[in-house]
Amino acid sequence: MTVLQKKPDNPIAHLTATDIEQIGIELDAIRQSVIDTRGESDANYIRTVINAQRKLELGSRAVLLASFFPPAWILGTAGLAVAKIIENMEIGHNVLHGQWDWMRDPKIHSTTWEWDHASPAEQWKHAHNELHHTYTNVVGKDNDLGYGIMRVDEDQRWVPLYLAQPLWNFLNACVFEYGIAAYDLELGRNLRSKKRRQSPEFKARAKQVLHKIRKQMTKDYLIHPALSGPSFLSTLGANATANLIRNLWSHSVIMCGHFPEGVETFERRSIEGETRGEWYLRQMLGSANISGSKAMHFMTGNLSHQIEHHLFPDLPSNRYAEIAPQVRALFDRYGLTYTTGSLPRQVASAWKKVIRLSLPNDFGRKRRAEVRPMPASHPTPTAAAA
Amino acid sequence: MTSLAGTTRTRTTLRHRLVRLAERATTPLLPADYLDLFDPLRPGADLRGRIVSVQPETADAATIVIRPGADWAGHVPGQYVRIGVDVNGVRQWRAYSLTHGPRRDGRISVTVKAVPDGLVSTHLVRRARVGTLIHLEQAAGDFVLPTEGGRFLFVTAGSGITPVIGMLRNLFPVTDSGVVRLARSTRYDIVVVHVAPREPDSIFAAHLRELDAVGAIRLVAHFTDEHGSFDVDALGQLVPDLTERQTLACGPAGLLDDLQTHHGQRGLDLQTEQFRAARVAIGDGGAITFAGSGAKVSADGGTPILDAAEEAGVLMPSGCRMGICFGCVLPLRSGSVRDLRNGAITTATPGETAGRGVLVQTCISAAAGPCELDH
Repeated sequence: MTVLQKKPDNPIAHLTATDIEQIGIELDAIRQSVIDTRGESDANYIRTVINAQRKLELGSRAVLLASFFPPAWILGTAGLAVAKIIENMEIGHNVLHGQWDWMRDPKIHSTTWEWDHASPAEQWKHAHNELHHTYTNVVGKDNDLGYGIMRVDEDQRWVPLYLAQPLWNFLNACVFEYGIAAYDLELGRNLRSKKRRQSPEFKARAKQVLHKIRKQMTKDYLIHPALSGPSFLSTLGANATANLIRNLWSHSVIMCGHFPEGVETFERRSIEGETRGEWYLRQMLGSANISGSKAMHFMTGNLSHQIEHHLFPDLPSNRYAEIAPQVRALFDRYGLTYTTGSLPRQVASAWKKVIRLSLPNDFGRKRRAEVRPMPASHPTPTAAAA
Repeated sequence: MTSLAGTTRTRTTLRHRLVRLAERATTPLLPADYLDLFDPLRPGADLRGRIVSVQPETADAATIVIRPGADWAGHVPGQYVRIGVDVNGVRQWRAYSLTHGPRRDGRISVTVKAVPDGLVSTHLVRRARVGTLIHLEQAAGDFVLPTEGGRFLFVTAGSGITPVIGMLRNLFPVTDSGVVRLARSTRYDIVVVHVAPREPDSIFAAHLRELDAVGAIRLVAHFTDEHGSFDVDALGQLVPDLTERQTLACGPAGLLDDLQTHHGQRGLDLQTEQFRAARVAIGDGGAITFAGSGAKVSADGGTPILDAAEEAGVLMPSGCRMGICFGCVLPLRSGSVRDLRNGAITTATPGETAGRGVLVQTCISAAAGPCELDH
């Protein structure tokens, strides 16, 4: 992957400025069609999901009171892992995007929601909703491209430290919620200089994260094990396992959003004075979907419809599946690639990129070049989105 | 006594500790979030109620009987209750008079007339279902009768009759065998002047006629289609002993203002209750007031509130500036705003929103008439 503007075969070279604006108008119409029909059944959907998730969590924790008994451990752990996944993905992520704010229910609202996650909702909303969703896949502006610890684009400069990134990626997957918390805290940037480390603003935010982590850990690793008395250790293990499963799952799903092959990245300069149509186009090309069953879409929090989500981050998640065919038809009509694939394929593709880009760009090429000279390519800096 | 006080303190501390422990076990939620799954009407829960019956009164009116949550503090006839009900998935708040006195079964009721463009009233009359959970606030309002009795004049117009009906029903319950004369009701001498466009067939009008027929009250009905517009100066002729009565009036602002002047000039006692807040006019652009700082910014209909405010030097929360991150939301206390992306109007009418107002995204909303934001 190279920033789209430097590609020899620029995938949007065939679009005129009018085409791009027309795409924007058509996408606005799709958005409006959902808003016009948004109502009671959607409200019932999210309430049912929240209700079921809470009962599943309660039930699982009740079963874990007897976690010394292996079948109870397995059942309780599985239930808790699923409950935590639903809480983070279909409920937390989407509520924090303001997808359900229109209901005016203070209990299901982006301004009041707090999730079962190490990152405080407030910080996550800034790093994710504001920075990532506004600057999606703009190299140098969107830190989700490798989360600041990995190189996932040819245009990110290689340093030897990246050799270890497959290992980091795996470790990050295991403790993903803490990785996100550190990332939302902009730890890399803020720890670099003494001035930043000691700024009151950073200190306050770090304190907020530590406070949240302490509460989360007290719950999972102290209170609930203690409540199960003789099952203390097995319940502690069950909670740790459920958190690990949730982390591995959400990491996998999230990697599939922007890392797989086929996803485009953009030059920093290209978004200056970007129009609404151009912003939409960047979201279309900068995201990738996962195909699969209804249950799979649900368990990914409908982030399997990452393209639709990035186009309309504030539409209720339960409606993405219904508009996906219209969005895909739009891609086809304008000759654009709708990147999608099964979960194993997309996860493999993302991992392949993490491994490939742990090496310098010319690493494989040099060796291949010894066998067969590469065809000369002249990157054309197209003012694609300008 | 000392030991008793000590025990109480220990109990409080123990209870406090248990609550803290429960909170730690349910973080980031609260224990109440889980308890609500099983018993949303329990003591200590946010105040809610469950609709237990919807009784059609006329073609376009219905009485909604509600079982309130355990913490319902009761009410006095004539008071109103604010109800939060989800219409098309969106929570809407309205105030309705309680149309029955306190009932032995602890239930409360409101009688709602479906008005043509009334979002909530139409929903309650036509679509409300038994079993639905609604949100409540405690009864409020001082439009009530003194318990010791006396001579009263009610002046009501239109739906202004509802709080009065609540009071009359409490004094003179109507059963299958007719109007019941309670001992305590003998202390009251009541005249009702009711103004309506025409002889209506509403439940309330029939009710008033029935009470009049058995002599519980004296009814003076004024139908503007028939008798012409109502002139408060005629009140003295309609109610000869006007000066001996305490007046309670409920109706539109115009009528209440006229009564205020009329009674003021004569030094008469008047208590009023206004029902609906004036409708918010929807325009194009307007003055934006920031309630916190008192800043006032005027903006045209095409400029986002965020831009207009920043231009005028008001510090604002902001984020993506394109409507996707929800980092700029502020409560709209009153007035209307227009979504610049699709023209959709959001209106906040004081008294008809939960808490401080309706949250709006300032980066994609423009003033649609004068509006006030909480910031």
